[in-house]
Amino acid sequence: MTHGYIDIAIAAALVIGGLFTLVGSVGLLKLRAPMARLHAPTKASTLGVGSILLASVLFAFASDAPSYHELLIIAFLFMTAPVSAYFISKVHIHLQNQRDPLPKPARDRIWATMAKREEDTPSVPEMKSEN
Amino acid sequence: MATRYIRRLFPHPLLSVALVIVWQFLSNDPSINSLVFGVILGVLLPFATAAYWPDRPQVTRPWKLIPYGLIVAWDIITANITVAMIVLFKRNDDIHSKWISIPLDVRTPEAITALAGTITLTPGTVSVDLSNEGHALLVHALHADNPEKVARKIKQRYERRLKEIFE
Repeated sequence: MTHGYIDIAIAAALVIGGLFTLVGSVGLLKLRAPMARLHAPTKASTLGVGSILLASVLFAFASDAPSYHELLIIAFLFMTAPVSAYFISKVHIHLQNQRDPLPKPARDRIWATMAKREEDTPSVPEMKSEN
Repeated sequence: MATRYIRRLFPHPLLSVALVIVWQFLSNDPSINSLVFGVILGVLLPFATAAYWPDRPQVTRPWKLIPYGLIVAWDIITANITVAMIVLFKRNDDIHSKWISIPLDVRTPEAITALAGTITLTPGTVSVDLSNEGHALLVHALHADNPEKVARKIKQRYERRLKEIFE
């Protein structure tokens, strides 16, 4: 097993990952508006976790036991993180605790979360059937 | 005639490919064994679940997803640094959070989902809601002095490319 550059790369990835996770936590404490606070953890979950997992991949390769699971973790994390952020912000809209009023949608009447009636929920637009 | 049978056997070709790749990563040991089993899964699972998933998602140019992914990865890194600077060094009163309404050109559900996901993953912006007919996306920006500029950047950088990939 050779040391050197790869160790430096692993250490750098760990430090960067830790740093951005820390910034995410600081943001959670520091920011005041609930919607602004939502921004902090989504950042930590992208670059923070991403580079820690990258360090794990590098370490696995350096110790001759290649592992690809981390890439799957990154892929699934990136697919699921927006969904949870979406639900949290939906709750904020329902609670209406934002300071600024929502802007008007460009062409439509209302935002889907505010819809009270059946016909106001989004329909699947112009789906082309291949059959 | 033949294409109909092929479609019957492979109702979701992209899903099959994705399953084979994911299985390769899961087994963590690239070999003929895991490849064969991955292919079996990739054929069997879409075939068995086809009844519950009648519409095939449209992806007209899937290979363009790769440069798109690289662009998004680069943007995540640079935007992370920008947002970290804002969080650490800007006073709370100086952070101007704004709602941004983005009119959409993309129409298919897959493209809108991908765009909303991209916006949330890029630091500084979170996609919040879709309008009732799906013509606009509500985005919250952590710090934006010029909402029009953010909306224009999102439309040019992401939406234009997603339109090429999905439509």
